[in-house]
Amino acid sequence: MNFEFSDEQIAMKDEVRKLLDKENSLKRNRTILEGEEKFDKDLWNSLVSMGLTAVTIPEEFGGIGMGYLELCVIAEELGRAIAPVPYSSSVYLATTAILNCASDEIKKEFLPKLASGEIIGTFAHAESSGFPLEKSINCNFASGKISGTKAAVPDADIADFAIVSAKSSSGVGLYLVDLKDPNIEITSLDTFDPSRSHANIDIKDASAKELISDGWLEIEKILDQSAVLFSFEQIGGAEAAMNMAKDYAQGRYAFGRSIASFQAIKHKIADMYISLQLARSNCYFGAWALSNEASELPTAAATARVSATKAFYECSKENIQTHGGMGATWEFDCHLFYRRSRLLASNIGSQGVWKEKLISSIEKSNLQI
Amino acid sequence: MDFNDTPEEAKFRKEASDWLKQNFEKFESEKLSSEKSAKSSAEPSKTAQDESKALELAKKWQTIKYDAGWACLHWPKDYGGRDATPIERVIWAQEESKFSIPGGFFEIGQGMAGPVMMMYATEEQKKEHLPPMAKGEKIWCQLFSEPGAGSDLAGIKTKAELDGDTWTINGQKVWTSGAHYSDWGILVTRSDFDAPKHKGLTYFFLDMKSPGIEIRPIKQINGGANFNEVYFTDVKIPDSQRLGDVGDGWRVALTTLMNERLAVGDASGVDFKEIFELAKENDFYGEPAVKNSAVREKLADWYCEYSGLKNTKMRRISALSKGDTPGPEASITKIVSANKLQDIANFGMDILDQAGINSEGNLKYHGSLLGAPLIRIAGGTDEILRNIIAEQVLGMPQDVRLDKNVPFNEIPTGEKSN
Ligand SMILES: Cc1cc2nc3c(=O)[nH]c(=O)nc-3n(C[C@H](O)[C@H](O)[C@H](O)COP(=O)(O)OP(=O)(O)OC[C@H]3O[C@@H](n4cnc5c(N)ncnc54)[C@H](O)[C@@H]3O)c2cc1C
Ligand SMILES: Cc1cc2nc3c(=O)[nH]c(=O)nc-3n(C[C@H](O)[C@H](O)[C@H](O)COP(=O)(O)OP(=O)(O)OC[C@H]3O[C@@H](n4cnc5c(N)ncnc54)[C@H](O)[C@@H]3O)c2cc1C
Repeated sequence: MNFEFSDEQIAMKDEVRKLLDKENSLKRNRTILEGEEKFDKDLWNSLVSMGLTAVTIPEEFGGIGMGYLELCVIAEELGRAIAPVPYSSSVYLATTAILNCASDEIKKEFLPKLASGEIIGTFAHAESSGFPLEKSINCNFASGKISGTKAAVPDADIADFAIVSAKSSSGVGLYLVDLKDPNIEITSLDTFDPSRSHANIDIKDASAKELISDGWLEIEKILDQSAVLFSFEQIGGAEAAMNMAKDYAQGRYAFGRSIASFQAIKHKIADMYISLQLARSNCYFGAWALSNEASELPTAAATARVSATKAFYECSKENIQTHGGMGATWEFDCHLFYRRSRLLASNIGSQGVWKEKLISSIEKSNLQI
Repeated sequence: MDFNDTPEEAKFRKEASDWLKQNFEKFESEKLSSEKSAKSSAEPSKTAQDESKALELAKKWQTIKYDAGWACLHWPKDYGGRDATPIERVIWAQEESKFSIPGGFFEIGQGMAGPVMMMYATEEQKKEHLPPMAKGEKIWCQLFSEPGAGSDLAGIKTKAELDGDTWTINGQKVWTSGAHYSDWGILVTRSDFDAPKHKGLTYFFLDMKSPGIEIRPIKQINGGANFNEVYFTDVKIPDSQRLGDVGDGWRVALTTLMNERLAVGDASGVDFKEIFELAKENDFYGEPAVKNSAVREKLADWYCEYSGLKNTKMRRISALSKGDTPGPEASITKIVSANKLQDIANFGMDILDQAGINSEGNLKYHGSLLGAPLIRIAGGTDEILRNIIAEQVLGMPQDVRLDKNVPFNEIPTGEKSN
């Protein structure tokens, strides 16, 4: 058996990490957080020129035709570097939705431009507070047009198009809308983690291309697939926060000794490690299920998602704690991880949602336990 | 990424599984009806009779394995093993775990004493002692902990004095699992009370039937009496049974403890599967407990831990399969599984509600709830394991200590003010 990433995948991971280090992604996060820009265009362009937006797109559509395992290692590094770019929206979600559901015509039109970074996409699903259910979707599709609102859509004020969930007489489906359409009003939001932009969108009779009209199961599948990728982003961030806590503790002296020699700190960091290892191992299983289109995907994705969310929360909050007063300052980076941890925990549905998905997926499957 | 065996691994797995199917069925069918009622080692034996039945069965099966070359797979053939690779050992364990095989008696010998003997005993001693250990003919115990030395093992006070070629041992050990049915033991003693704590220790193996050894059972909170006090009064050990140099026993003990941590696996008892079934079978406020969102949330957390441990093990096996040394991930296993066991058992009792008070039918939960505290202490407490993760895995500094570079007899003990 082989339950590790291949040497090539690890080499790719290293390259991405080097790039993000060189570009000083942490500093860029802060610049976006504090400034008016909605994302870091230079960093995005560097990722694009490395080919990272083309990873899962087949060569016939202008991509490089690698698999989801490569995307997992990239996600982990983007999470470690809390990169201020719309990668998850465009690559995990919009690209996957088109790959899974769109006609060849739409693929030909959109995939090459997504691969080359010429356009950015996003995925608009939630409409109000609470996780969207099939019966709660109010956005409406009829005769080629969509009307309705979508709430806190990641990168909606950056992206060129959105894949929107909407109901019609055939069920809830997925539709592609041009976000530059004057019939769509986009309102940027003040958010918990301003290093990643979010906006409400109000759609009034905008023309839409149909990907799939009766597509609730497809929507669930896209969420499961992206959950694995979000989880990798989360463990990347968690590990960075844990290491930050450890490094700070080693160098900070109080009571005549390094605070890293106090058990209250050692055990805290050991607990971060435990939580992170459990999450990492679950993420690897998620990666396997994702890349093999395994029937275990719903359970594997939810397991990875729940444990990675928990790990990032624990590591980022205890990282602040370990820094004492310094952790409370805007100047130290601790809060950047704390903010990102909460944002990622909310994107694509929070803990309660994924715990529920986890248990219902186990009830539905004949999983060997 | 894949979960497939390599062709050689698949061949080995088939060989193992075929042998197990054939021989374990035969073994089961030949069991006497009196033996069939013997308890598995997971539950404490309530009577000495139960225990000796279970021991007899375990020995019988171990001998069958040994005779066919399926005991202590990774040991050299010369010492009763199979010269198997680490991954073959894992495959065997996976296949064997599909059967409810009797066991629970050989871990200390094969997992701890064996490897130490392999490193420190003479060739002649290895040839004499390792094969019976592999065969399950001789049972070994670990005489380390004392009333004043558990986590802080180097604080032991059992005294060893050399006269000519013979050592004389006086003192007391405690919590010695299986001492009452063991044939041999590994023993750490203090041979020098003036040297600093870690420098004055000497390590031996000895015959548990030696004159001067007195074993008194200790009843555990779960009703079993698997551990003991062991008293030594002028017990003689030939110097040839010393393992490692005089005064260098700490090094030998550390080797043993490292193997102990590898030997201690998951805590056995109720797990996700059991609590999930229980929640389906029992009602809470007029609907199956599993429909209750508070219950579902807990189930999800435990599934994540269960799955996280399982997949951590897979990563370890994967490293072995590639011929790599596994990373430190395994150090989290006991902490996570023992605490999960305790919490699941406790929540199982909540689901059962007042009916759970009755032991009849609920022994699984009672047993796990009373067994988990023992697992959290034995073989390295939760706190000590967290220290190990922080220091050895994450490279954080050791605790500040008051017992270093001081003669042993000047270290505070809490017993007297010296
Ligand atoms: C919002 C805010 C307002 C404040 N206002 C004031 C004020 O008005 N006036 C003022 O004088 N100060 C003020 N402080 C400072 C505050 O008292 C200190 O931040 C606090 O005492 C911690 O000290 P430290 O920041 O140096 O962290 P450190 O002492 O360096 O602690 C870092 C980490 O190590 C841990 N640690 C330290 N020593 C030990 C130990 N022996 N055992 C175990 N763990 C240990 C800590 O718990 C913490 O997790 C304020 C702080 C904050 C956050
Ligand atoms: C079921 C069972 C079977 C056993 N079998 C054997 C056996 O076969 N052979 C054998 O030799 N021993 C055996 N033991 C003994 C076992 O190894 C010890 O109980 C264990 O190492 C703890 O030592 P202690 O009991 O002296 O507790 P202590 O070391 O006194 O610990 C008491 C508490 O203090 C904490 N503590 C101690 N030191 C520290 C520290 N530095 N930092 C933070 N917290 C600390 C501990 O975590 C614990 O919570 C067995 C124990 C049990 C429960």
